[in-house]
Amino acid sequence: MEGKALSLRALSVLRPGEGGIVSVVASHHLAPKLVEMGLFPGKEVKVLFRAPFGGPMAVEIGGGYTLSLREDEAMLVLLDPENF
Amino acid sequence: MGEKRNIALAGNPNTGKSSLFNLLTGLNQHVGNFPGVTVDKRTGECRLGPGHAAGVLDLPGTYSIFPRSADERIVWEVLGNAAHPDHPQLVVVAADASNLERNLLLFTQLHDLGLPLILALTMPDMALERGSMVDVQALSFHLGVPVVVVNGRTGEGLDDLKSLLMSDIPAPRAFRFCVTDLLTLADQPEAQIRDTEWRYSRIREILRKCQVRKDSNQDTASLRSRLDRFFVHPVWGYLVFVGLLMLIFQLIFRFAEYPMEWIEGAFLALSRLAADYLPAGVFTDLLSEGVIPGIGGVVIFIPQIALLFFILSILEESGYMARVVFIMDKLVRPFGLNGKSVVPLVSSVACAIPGIMSTRTIPSWKDRLITILVAPLMSCSARLPVFMLMIRLVVPDGNLWGFFDLRGAVLFAMYALGVISAIAVAWVFGKIIRTGEQGFLLMELPAYQLPRLRYVFLHVREKAGVFVTDAGKVILAISIVLWVLASYGPPGQMNRALESMKQAHPEWSPDSPEYKEALAAVRLEHSFIGIIGRGIEPVIQPLGYDWKIGIALITSFAAREVFVGSMATIYSVGEDFEEGLVERLRDERYPDSGQPVYTLASGLSLMVFYVYAMQCMSTLAIVRRETRSWKWPLVQLLYMGVLAYAGAWITFVTFS
Ligand SMILES: Nc1nc2c(ncn2[C@@H]2O[C@H](COP(=O)(O)OP(=O)(O)OP(=O)(O)O)[C@@H](O)[C@H]2O)c(=O)[nH]1
Ligand SMILES: [Mg+2]
Repeated sequence: MEGKALSLRALSVLRPGEGGIVSVVASHHLAPKLVEMGLFPGKEVKVLFRAPFGGPMAVEIGGGYTLSLREDEAMLVLLDPENF
Repeated sequence: MGEKRNIALAGNPNTGKSSLFNLLTGLNQHVGNFPGVTVDKRTGECRLGPGHAAGVLDLPGTYSIFPRSADERIVWEVLGNAAHPDHPQLVVVAADASNLERNLLLFTQLHDLGLPLILALTMPDMALERGSMVDVQALSFHLGVPVVVVNGRTGEGLDDLKSLLMSDIPAPRAFRFCVTDLLTLADQPEAQIRDTEWRYSRIREILRKCQVRKDSNQDTASLRSRLDRFFVHPVWGYLVFVGLLMLIFQLIFRFAEYPMEWIEGAFLALSRLAADYLPAGVFTDLLSEGVIPGIGGVVIFIPQIALLFFILSILEESGYMARVVFIMDKLVRPFGLNGKSVVPLVSSVACAIPGIMSTRTIPSWKDRLITILVAPLMSCSARLPVFMLMIRLVVPDGNLWGFFDLRGAVLFAMYALGVISAIAVAWVFGKIIRTGEQGFLLMELPAYQLPRLRYVFLHVREKAGVFVTDAGKVILAISIVLWVLASYGPPGQMNRALESMKQAHPEWSPDSPEYKEALAAVRLEHSFIGIIGRGIEPVIQPLGYDWKIGIALITSFAAREVFVGSMATIYSVGEDFEEGLVERLRDERYPDSGQPVYTLASGLSLMVFYVYAMQCMSTLAIVRRETRSWKWPLVQLLYMGVLAYAGAWITFVTFS
């Protein structure tokens, strides 16, 4: 388990084209909202593109729809890149 | 069924609830390809068949029953509380068939609240295109509620929905998706997360049993990503946005000019006709000099306003607006705004009232308040007539750098001034208003869609119609009052003035044009309105305005669209309707110095005044409602008034 936790990556550091499976959503007042919008553990996500100048990123969720979130919002979502 | 059933439409944002509402009720609720178009509840009536009618309630979209913004709170209040006056007997959950998993979350929550439900799968065309259409019968079986497929654009499947609405739908009691009582979770975020995760796992289980096939269509996906790469590109993205805005103003100028000329000609002819053929008298004068020019003053701007609404509507329907939010978020954050502020600000270009309402989608109160405070700085369609009149009057027709229409460029500059001021003022308020609360962006980017022209036209017609009837009523009333005040004055003073004019020019015969012109001028100057105008002249003289402009400023205090109508009335008293308003204004000179009243300096100064001044009672009323206090509308009235006076003065001094 410990080894796995170490290999998690925050969604915010991914480059366009990279993806993973949501593993944990960090505890934060925004967390319920993130989960409701589909970022629950087990969901596959992929970064589509990023806005210029360090703006928000567009993330494809499970092949169905696209969310846009700011970097500090994406930081709350930890992915398991191995299982992708 | 004797009594009328109340049915609510609920669902995720942008799933087609308002489209269904329009199909069911025949009303014309605003629809757009953007999450959060509907921000308030709206009711209508649906005729289901002979003797059957139902009340239909359109609700804002929400991802969950637990609200995170002001528009979502309405759903929670109506559906989460059985005692609410709008609480429905039946809920139609609109779920995007191309994206069922997330759409079903709200469904399961409403199910567990014990509300009788129908599931309406919308966007079947998109689901088919993506190859992810669900097995409807299996879904209905597993969810335990009736399921219908309805296309919100074409109305396909509407009859199935209507016949379901007539049947008896029991409340789902057989099972629950989750054991906890939802209403107790309202303020327990950790428990909400666990609850939501559990629901999703149940939904996935059910969908696994209902999914027919799943293979995504590469063609549309790649077109979409190519469009996105362009619209959010660090260079192209912003160029396209600014270019689009510039294009809008060029279009408004080029295309609307011809219909404007026809309309102006028609109203002049109407005035002449009334003056020539109706029996001479007070009523005829009132009609030809007061009412017809006053109304004509607004009607002439319908082409522009319709064009503006048309373009905004296309932008909204295509899905482009969400991309603008996306690329602007980072840029506007330092100024105390949220990317989501961009949509209210852009829609304020049509009218600040819907713009301010749509700030309800902005989750943080501070971001929202600042957006509300600066939204009226965006130049709304009611300012367009003032800009157009002044530009035609004082800006020469010509080209800028060879290809930009000079007049279009000045118009663009006025809008740009509004935008830049809005950003600057937002920055100032951001420094003053302090709260610890942190905003967020987290938003869905909708798929691109081809706008439906039929809907866009309907929308434009309705908006332009509302503009004309609303503005028309006020202008009709004001033009009558103005005409009376401009045609009569204290008799003693008027007669003395006429006598002294006749003594000054004994050579003029009563039939000569000089005599007639001087007579009209003297009468206007010594009418009630002339006396009022003279009284306020010292205040507005530093800005370069004469007393007639002052009168129009006063009458447009409560509604800026009245300005042009008032000018038209003031300048029509005693006229023979041979030339249009612009020519009449161009001839206007100060009686003492003989200098023209309307120069580049005074024209620009007037436009700048209109960019800033808060001349709209309705906006103040909406701000009061949305902020629940008189403080903010008063702050707005004050800061905008100061900016207007200072800005106009600086402009006048700079250009004269
Ligand atoms: N392709 C397709 N588009 C649809 C369908 N129904 C609605 N739309 C489009 O989807 C977009 C959203 O429609 P609305 O009716 O405004 O959705 P809404 O659920 O009221 O949205 P909010 O008020 O933002 O919650 C619009 O662009 C509609 O034209 C459909 O069945 N198929
Ligand atoms: Mg809607």
